[in-house]
Amino acid sequence: MSNSLEIKDLNVSIGERQILKNFSLTVPKGEVHAIMGPNGTGKSTLAKALAGHEDYAVTSGSALLDGEEIIGQEPDAIARAGLFMAFQYPSEIPGVSIANFIRAALVARQPKGAPFDAKAYYAELYKKMDALKMDRKFTARSVNEGFSGGEKKRCEILQMMMLQPKYAIMDETDSGLDIDALRIVADGVNAMRGPDIGIVVITHYQRLLDYIVPDKVHVMYDGRIVHSGDKNLALELEAKGYDWVKKELAA
Amino acid sequence: MNAFPPNDTDSSIDIGEADAETAAAIDIDREKGNFSFKEDYAYDAGVGLNAGAVDYITDVKGEPDWVREFRHKALKIFESKPLPTHWGSKDLENIDFAKIRYYLAKGQKPSRTWDEVPDDVKETFERLGIPEQERKFLAGVEAQFDSESAYSRMKEELSKQGVIFVGPTEGLKEHAEVFRKYFGKVIPAADNKFAALNSAVFSGGSFIYVPKGVKVAQPLQAYFRINAENFGQFERTLIIADEGAEVTYMEGCTAPKFDTATLHSAVVELVALKGAKIQYITVQNWATNVFNLVTKRGVAEEGAEIRWIDCNIGSRLTMKYPAVVLKGEHARGEVISIALASENQTQDTGAKMIHAASHTTSNIVSKSISVGNGLASYRGQVHIPKSLSHCKNNTECDALLINTNSRTDTYPAITVRGSQNSTQHEASVSKVSAEQIFYMMQRGLSEGEAMSLAVNGFINDLVQEFPMEYSVELKRLVELEMEGSVG
Repeated sequence: MSNSLEIKDLNVSIGERQILKNFSLTVPKGEVHAIMGPNGTGKSTLAKALAGHEDYAVTSGSALLDGEEIIGQEPDAIARAGLFMAFQYPSEIPGVSIANFIRAALVARQPKGAPFDAKAYYAELYKKMDALKMDRKFTARSVNEGFSGGEKKRCEILQMMMLQPKYAIMDETDSGLDIDALRIVADGVNAMRGPDIGIVVITHYQRLLDYIVPDKVHVMYDGRIVHSGDKNLALELEAKGYDWVKKELAA
Repeated sequence: MNAFPPNDTDSSIDIGEADAETAAAIDIDREKGNFSFKEDYAYDAGVGLNAGAVDYITDVKGEPDWVREFRHKALKIFESKPLPTHWGSKDLENIDFAKIRYYLAKGQKPSRTWDEVPDDVKETFERLGIPEQERKFLAGVEAQFDSESAYSRMKEELSKQGVIFVGPTEGLKEHAEVFRKYFGKVIPAADNKFAALNSAVFSGGSFIYVPKGVKVAQPLQAYFRINAENFGQFERTLIIADEGAEVTYMEGCTAPKFDTATLHSAVVELVALKGAKIQYITVQNWATNVFNLVTKRGVAEEGAEIRWIDCNIGSRLTMKYPAVVLKGEHARGEVISIALASENQTQDTGAKMIHAASHTTSNIVSKSISVGNGLASYRGQVHIPKSLSHCKNNTECDALLINTNSRTDTYPAITVRGSQNSTQHEASVSKVSAEQIFYMMQRGLSEGEAMSLAVNGFINDLVQEFPMEYSVELKRLVELEMEGSVG
């Protein structure tokens, strides 16, 4: 399918240890998929391997973004191809304001030397900030420096809204958020939902899925997907716990 | 600089093996300054340094006897003083003083219009954007090509107010009274070997006098350009701000990249009389084989303020420690310094604050960046004697390391005596982490763009201190340097 993010038989190792084992998943544009699973099953590895992190060695398999192979490409090329990753632990960039950072990211998507419409940029930025209930002063602060957990995640969502990716992977975006922040982040994601974007929400808890209702839910265990279903699977998982998955696999 | 302490406060940080990928292919884009014209000099003091070369220079310039004596005395001091080998870099020993040419000029008088400037010289400065900057935001410009100024002009209204902005040759002849009173007094020839060298063969530079109460709103700028190979540039600058006067002076420097090393050894003396303010801004982008050994010092009288804003990019070895002697009560001194050492470069820079009166304050903020095996060091001296009271110093030095084999050293010598004086010292070392770079690349920035963004972020608060036109240039220089630093 050329209008989807198609991950096929992906094997990924960190050092000697294999983390993803023949992982396959297809996320069509317009859908939101949730990936749930206990800690240490490879959820974050999936996100980082797709984004091209050098510590995550893809030993075999492929990932096609609208038909284009992204495995083996540099992280910036993958990003510009349209894959956005919302980080669980976003880095601080001292001295670089959020406004300048997003601007640099947009300029990187233009042909070299092309003029940048700063006026239109700020109009768009402020519109998105209003939607996320962000103070106008926020974008003058250095990226993630001294941010609370909630501020960091909101900053990730703002970047995602500004960069308009084709596919987004949200890596445990709900971790460390209080209920108000969770709601704001979910509102942002819901506002972005639509036919032009496919979203993968990685989460440990069902809680986030009360606010972002997924089209599909996948349960991940030991480096691959072991269960897929609709939103009710998340509720079932919440009721029975991850031990249920483990027992079922052992049987 | 002779009073500098030995390296007993070494806090070297060496973090291991080279990162081959980033260490490789560091070839800095200096294309903007990397061009030269055929040499065609009417006046040439020849190769090597001796009494004859000194006489040649003083004869060509038609200087009075006191200057000839000053030069010869300085030459003797230079010959008798050893190199300051105990700090900076051993690389100093590679300077072959016998192979350098000490004076080269086309015999031109500084023109007052760009049209009169010889074509090749004019083209040089046009390519560097100087005439354009003059039109846009400068009160006056002096453009030096090798040993002599090729262009010198100041806005007429400033001349009417009595402001003097000329080269030192014209200064010592036409304005002898005020020139002689201060020349060589802030930095005597015997201060250090390179101050002695400059005193013996100085040529070009600026002499500025701002009369009482005159505030020069726009900056005066000098531009120093080395065009010839095996050449030494020894400009001499003396700036006097009379009582209550204010002036900002900016200097820029470039040289093409030659096969052999070039020497730049300037002396800059500032005198801020009662209540005066002098701000001295440097943006230096020397080619990677220039030895840049500069002595800069200012004296601030009562209530006066001297600020050195110093940015060192490029060169093979830079040793420069702008100083302020706080001579009158309530005087203020400040050094804001940015240094970027790329592959095979040493930036040994810092600041000196000598408190010589009570109620004086000094502030030092230094940020350095080390790329690859480049070494950027902070060397500072703060001196507050026991006899004084209510003196304050604040020293902050931050270092950013780009690669795993990058290194930075800090030598903050702070001597504060007396119970009513205070000092505050903060130092930090940070590193651009692989996770930071990955994060930025995940947003679509190339590795080089990510690096330069991180570095520009690191120095961002100091860049704000530069005039806008310079801060834009500075950011661009950092970008070129950082984008060239990744494979």
